[in-house]
Amino acid sequence: MSDIAAPANAEVDQDRRGFLIFATAATGAIGAGFATVPFIASWNPSERARAAGLPVEVDLSKIEPGQMLTIPYRKKPMYIVHRTPEMVASLAGHDRELKDAVSADSEQPEYAKNAARAAREEFLVVEGTCTHLGCLPKARFEKALPELGADWPGGFFCPCHGSKFDLAGRVFNGSPASQNLRIPLYSFRDDKTLVIGVDATTGAA
Amino acid sequence: MAADNSALPERKGFLGWLNKRLPVDAFMRDQLTGYYAPKNFNFWYFFGVLSLVALVLQLVTGIFLTMHYKVGEATAFDSVQYIMREVPSGDLIRYMHSTGASAFFIVVYLHMFRAFLYGSYKGPRELLWLFGMMVYLALMAEAFMGYVLPWGNMSFWGAQVIVNLFGTVPVIGPGLVEWIRGDYGIADATLNRFFSLHVVAVPLVLLLLVTLHLVALRQNGSNNPDGIEIKEKKGPDGKPLDGIPFHPYYTVKDLVGVGVFLTLFAVVMFFIPEFFGLFLEGPNFEPANALSTPEHIAPVWYFTPFYAILRAVPDQRMGALLMALSIVCFIVLPWLDRSKVKSTRYRPLTWKIALTVFVVSFIALGYLGLKPAEGTYVFLARLFTALYFAFFVLMPFYTRGESAARVPERVTYSSH
Repeated sequence: MSDIAAPANAEVDQDRRGFLIFATAATGAIGAGFATVPFIASWNPSERARAAGLPVEVDLSKIEPGQMLTIPYRKKPMYIVHRTPEMVASLAGHDRELKDAVSADSEQPEYAKNAARAAREEFLVVEGTCTHLGCLPKARFEKALPELGADWPGGFFCPCHGSKFDLAGRVFNGSPASQNLRIPLYSFRDDKTLVIGVDATTGAA
Repeated sequence: MAADNSALPERKGFLGWLNKRLPVDAFMRDQLTGYYAPKNFNFWYFFGVLSLVALVLQLVTGIFLTMHYKVGEATAFDSVQYIMREVPSGDLIRYMHSTGASAFFIVVYLHMFRAFLYGSYKGPRELLWLFGMMVYLALMAEAFMGYVLPWGNMSFWGAQVIVNLFGTVPVIGPGLVEWIRGDYGIADATLNRFFSLHVVAVPLVLLLLVTLHLVALRQNGSNNPDGIEIKEKKGPDGKPLDGIPFHPYYTVKDLVGVGVFLTLFAVVMFFIPEFFGLFLEGPNFEPANALSTPEHIAPVWYFTPFYAILRAVPDQRMGALLMALSIVCFIVLPWLDRSKVKSTRYRPLTWKIALTVFVVSFIALGYLGLKPAEGTYVFLARLFTALYFAFFVLMPFYTRGESAARVPERVTYSSH
């Protein structure tokens, strides 16, 4: 080692040295940045979870008018109600008692942003989790149930904190929940087949 | 601090061999026998060392619980029951761990209160405070994820509520929530990653942060109840006149504190491990059920002040933001407090009132966070949230221009 003389400071090209240090550090930092990609990606839903979350088909011919079917979709219960003409008629007339009658502050696809909150008014498709704290509202379709009052038009009642919703999942005044029940993306493959998870307008899953 | 360059003992034989290779004697001198701490430490100075005791307790009991716990949606709840009923002494080890979590937060909160009381976060100890706050944040993450592991119904719904808070982040919120859960709901994937973080990642981070906290403490030495720097008054030998060697004086004093702490700890662990539903909540004795929500979702007591702030706001996004800000307030504390006086002993009445209001608000919010968000409770939560923030936001104004006239030159101390 002793025969290799250290270069005097004057001989060191500081610009070159600075550039090399910067270039090395930058390359290392970019490499380290890319190296995080697989680790971050690994937290996304796995193929198995994605497969379990694929759109589900529902045979509507099996739901009689006035009946409700509960289908699990992406870890949440989906309520599908075959509304009778009387049930559809029951949606009118109580707009003033609702927090969000026109669904302005609620979550639903564009085709469900109407009075019936549905693409086809005889079929209501809603996520069966209360927008308050996520409990499961119960179906209370009969009119004027004793425990819900003489003017009860039929709808859903959440047993946890008493939120009330009408037959379009619209929340009544005086409920702790402030948004209407959420409506998932859905479309109809044909007259008898509902597909939950596929958007009616864009076709996106 | 106080660099003590007193000669090291001459060692022969094994100790001589060892010291040539590992600076054992030098370390003992620099960190213990030659490390001078203020001689006027009082009761409030027990809680640093007690936090370390709690950390070790959680690490040891956690390692043993991991030997019997089986992570996974299908096995987690049953394996905890197995630990409680069939593993020899398993119930004791689990109660040590669950009681230890609450004990950890009790001593950490008292440790933090000490800093408020004597201005320990003030210069030159701002970084010490920041490392402490990072420890506190890591501890909250650790406690939250640990609470999910037994996979009881409160584990499940607590995780649901807390993870959904990330959904209030603008734009990326929904994607972020899905990424954290690894599924479309709280699921097996969520439980598995929380297990990995709880037993490996966060403990490593905690150990690193605690080490940095201690190194930063050693750099300037401890503050004291009078809030004056003992290094400024040194004797002819270069040692602080108001300091005494950490070992044996404080090691022995701390041992007494540790003894009292462990006694109280044992009483809770043996006789009231659930602590009236505060340390272990009732709904968590039922397995996780995605189709049934507990009547009232309340976190464990150490999170309730922040939970009360979250629920005090009618808008979910604003609530989450305010909750985040309530913790940020702690972090920026050294720059909010403009007073040159450290110790409350020598600070004016305005500060004493403000500190009292803050402590009362914090405890009141803690109580309200356990109660349902209804009626008067909501009104009170809003009132105390306002007071909580007033304490921090107005601090630069009411602490400005405090007089340092009453601060003594030397620490006040009387031997018994």
